[in-house]
Amino acid sequence: MEPMTKPSDLVQGTLDMLILKILALEPQNGWAISQRLKQISSEVLQVSDGSLYPALHKLEQNGWIKAKWMTSEKNRRSKFYSLTAVGRRQLKTETANWDRLSTAISNVVKLKEA
Amino acid sequence: MLEQWSYTLHLRLRSLLLRTRVDQELREEIRDHLEQQIQANMAKGMPETQARRAALNSIGAIAQIEDQCRDARGVNNIENFFQDLRYGLRQLRRSPSFSALTILCLILGIGANAAVLSWVEGILFRPYPAVANQERLVALSGTAMGESGVTALSWPDFLDLQRNCTLADAFIVSKITGASLGIGDRSERARGSIVSANYFDALGIHPVLGRGFRPEDDSGRNAHPVMVISYQLWKDRFKSDPEIIGKTQLLSGVQHTIIGVAPEGFYGTFVGWAMQFWAPVSMEELFEGGGYKLDDRGARWIEGYMRLKPGVSRQQAQEEASAVMKRLEADYPATNRGRSVKLWPLWQTPWNNAGTLLPTLAIMLAVGIFVLLIACANVGNLLVVRAFARRHEMTVRLALGCGRGRLLKQLLTEGLILSALGAGGALIVAYWCRHALGLLFPARAGMVMYLPGELDWRVLACSAAISLVVTVLIGLIPAIQTRKIDLAGVLNAESASVVGGRGRARFRSILVLVQVSLSFILLVGVGLLIQSLQKVRTESPAFSTKGVLNTAVDLVSAGYDAERAYAFRDELMDRVQALPGVESAAFALATPLGYGYYPSGPIDVEGYQLPPEEQPTVEYNEVGPAYFATVGIPLVAGREFVRSDDLKNVPVAVVNETMADRFWRGNDPIGKRIQVKGRWMQVVGVAKDSKYDSVREAAKPFFYVAMRQTVSVRGTTLNIRTPLGPQAMATALAREVRALDSNLALYETITLQEQLERSTASQKVAVTLVGILGGLALLLAAIGLYGVMSYVVSQSARELGLRMALGADSSNLLRLVMRRGLTLTAIGMMLGALGALELTRLISGFLYKVSPHDPVAFGSAVSIMVVVSVAACAFPAWRAARTDPVRALRN
Repeated sequence: MEPMTKPSDLVQGTLDMLILKILALEPQNGWAISQRLKQISSEVLQVSDGSLYPALHKLEQNGWIKAKWMTSEKNRRSKFYSLTAVGRRQLKTETANWDRLSTAISNVVKLKEA
Repeated sequence: MLEQWSYTLHLRLRSLLLRTRVDQELREEIRDHLEQQIQANMAKGMPETQARRAALNSIGAIAQIEDQCRDARGVNNIENFFQDLRYGLRQLRRSPSFSALTILCLILGIGANAAVLSWVEGILFRPYPAVANQERLVALSGTAMGESGVTALSWPDFLDLQRNCTLADAFIVSKITGASLGIGDRSERARGSIVSANYFDALGIHPVLGRGFRPEDDSGRNAHPVMVISYQLWKDRFKSDPEIIGKTQLLSGVQHTIIGVAPEGFYGTFVGWAMQFWAPVSMEELFEGGGYKLDDRGARWIEGYMRLKPGVSRQQAQEEASAVMKRLEADYPATNRGRSVKLWPLWQTPWNNAGTLLPTLAIMLAVGIFVLLIACANVGNLLVVRAFARRHEMTVRLALGCGRGRLLKQLLTEGLILSALGAGGALIVAYWCRHALGLLFPARAGMVMYLPGELDWRVLACSAAISLVVTVLIGLIPAIQTRKIDLAGVLNAESASVVGGRGRARFRSILVLVQVSLSFILLVGVGLLIQSLQKVRTESPAFSTKGVLNTAVDLVSAGYDAERAYAFRDELMDRVQALPGVESAAFALATPLGYGYYPSGPIDVEGYQLPPEEQPTVEYNEVGPAYFATVGIPLVAGREFVRSDDLKNVPVAVVNETMADRFWRGNDPIGKRIQVKGRWMQVVGVAKDSKYDSVREAAKPFFYVAMRQTVSVRGTTLNIRTPLGPQAMATALAREVRALDSNLALYETITLQEQLERSTASQKVAVTLVGILGGLALLLAAIGLYGVMSYVVSQSARELGLRMALGADSSNLLRLVMRRGLTLTAIGMMLGALGALELTRLISGFLYKVSPHDPVAFGSAVSIMVVVSVAACAFPAWRAARTDPVRALRN
């Protein structure tokens, strides 16, 4: 069994944010997203390809990302995801939340050490 | 935002409707992913088969991903629901008797409530069909310092309120009145309203022909003889004449131009009666008499409504209106000292029938809830049986890995199907019952009783809420049962009839106890109400009800003044007394137990020293010669009024026994004097106490004054002692009245017995309805008891067989089953009796000479319950007694 096929809420939220972040740079297809995910976080977060697609579909359902079938330069038909305006706003709030949370946590950790 | 919304909606619809295409795309997407991964792996130097395997490994179970994606799209929920729906319907078709019985119980339970709710809504909250914005209408009445109850308003005060209240957007006058409607050479009574010119516009009513009133119709003494007629009147009396506008019609002796026909389904603004015509305020004097009132701030006659602006509360409007009245009080102290206004929610409108129906509706609402509970207990019972029959199916599904949550959803869906069908049927029942309430009240000739019931969104919402609660209950009962399923136990044992049997039987027995006790409480309630009604109906009013007819002539609306009325009465009396079959006849101001009010006033009694704080106000009636002989009230002393008690002779009065006892304390009152309204009268007789306003009233002081000693237009109720029937007498009377004046309308002619029965009509309606609902509850409880006992017998076939094999004969088994059923009933009745002792106190206001703890009511409830339980248990017991021991033991 994959350890991350059913991520906990925290990781799920993190995964959403990571996907949004990746798509903020440029539209990508699913496989490219999974490669970027591995690049960025392979050591810390283990995201299986299996949990990527349900997450993408949920984000699409939320209206944060949009999907479109396109033919790539190698003449391959792929489904490309891109960020919507709402998704961009969502990314901003989630990033801000994340910053607040991580600052708070690191403060707490420091407090403990002192 | 909109763009996002339309995009996701598009997505959802696509996932739902183009399911195969969406799934196909998902598969393609994953294949695309795999291919790219394989190429990447091969680029790292893997051979193709290894690259493929690695790619497949990294993505995991594809079917699972697809399912998770479907979940993410929210499709599965909807699909599962439809699947459950199909499955549920199939299940219901498979056991039609169960489904029919369940749905029937639900229809009765929800339907009873929907019907009562539609009456409550139609009578109390939105009483006026077709009127716009009723939720903002409030009734407007006057108040006077030192007077309890409400008063009317004067037209100048009304106009000042209208001008100065900023929180209301409309003020309307709507004063119920009567008139004689001339049709050909005869006249009939018609019911109508005197209304302000803005009436139709403010209510959002658009006449189907012609127009409503114009602002100028609000002023000028009798200056605007115009009328709008009701749709019904137009249809019945004018044969739907399309050219009716502009034609004239004799109304109270004056030709009125018909300017409009109200739309069908508009009955005016008075709960209980349908209006037949509307006339402008400038014509008020014609219908009500008493002079021109539009310029007189002291002449109070207006009943009306005001419509608040949106968002304004009644309290805010009340404060503003009170402030306006305060200023008027300062400006016009002579007429307005101590005068103010009060705003009422429509359902408390002081001058119509809404208030009088309130307690009846409250009782019906409570009884409706009882019936619903009993129906639910019944449905619960049926479901438990079914859950037991389906335990194998449930167990298999659980064993195959179906989540309990999923199972719960399915059971709730089945509950939803049942309650939706029940609610649907219930609304049909309620639709039929909508106008049924009005049918239970006696109609008066020529006038239409109208008690609306509407199935509007509030009724629908309440019924939906009830069904939702029922759905959850229905779904949860089998769900609780499945929670207890012991997988291995059920699957292993084919002797499953024992598993959990006791717990289930206990649960069902509790449901039966609930039913029995609730229906017992209803039975006691019905018993008490019936007994009370019986007491009321056998109570003697202490006047003759047989052989006395009562009718009236409308002189006010025919424009008679006091002198002409006085002369007319004498002339008509001569003619009536000459009619064949008339033994005696007498005029009176008010009819006992009738709809009118008695005059009353503070009295002075000669020789009786009033205690300082006492200012006795006593009601009286004005009656003509031979009144006591005609109506049949015996005199215990002195004499009756005679023709010579007239303007030339000394004023005389007759007092009743209670009054004689109270003010003369055993001394003979005859020859003593009393004073009312500044006039001294000599007491010439003492009459037996009788009933005046209601047969339920206690004895009270009352007196009679001689009608021929005052000159007044009022007092045209005619009592006739005759062996003839009302119909024959009415024809003869109408001929005599028309011979004197063809403009005059004769009221309906009825016996005093009929009058007596009408006075108890609303109680009869309440008892009838509660009786019907109580019978329904009893039937449902009997079904429940029968169900449980049949179940017990079928489940314990083996035990019964064994007993028989061991020597018990059929009568033993019969007794065994009967004992078990009757024990349940007995416990249920005990619980019910405890509840009834508490609850019947709530209806004590309805009871007449019956204690809420009346042993007869409780006793008859017990006997009915026992008979019904014996009947319900008899068939199962008979079946038990016929148990074939061989077959029972072999199975």
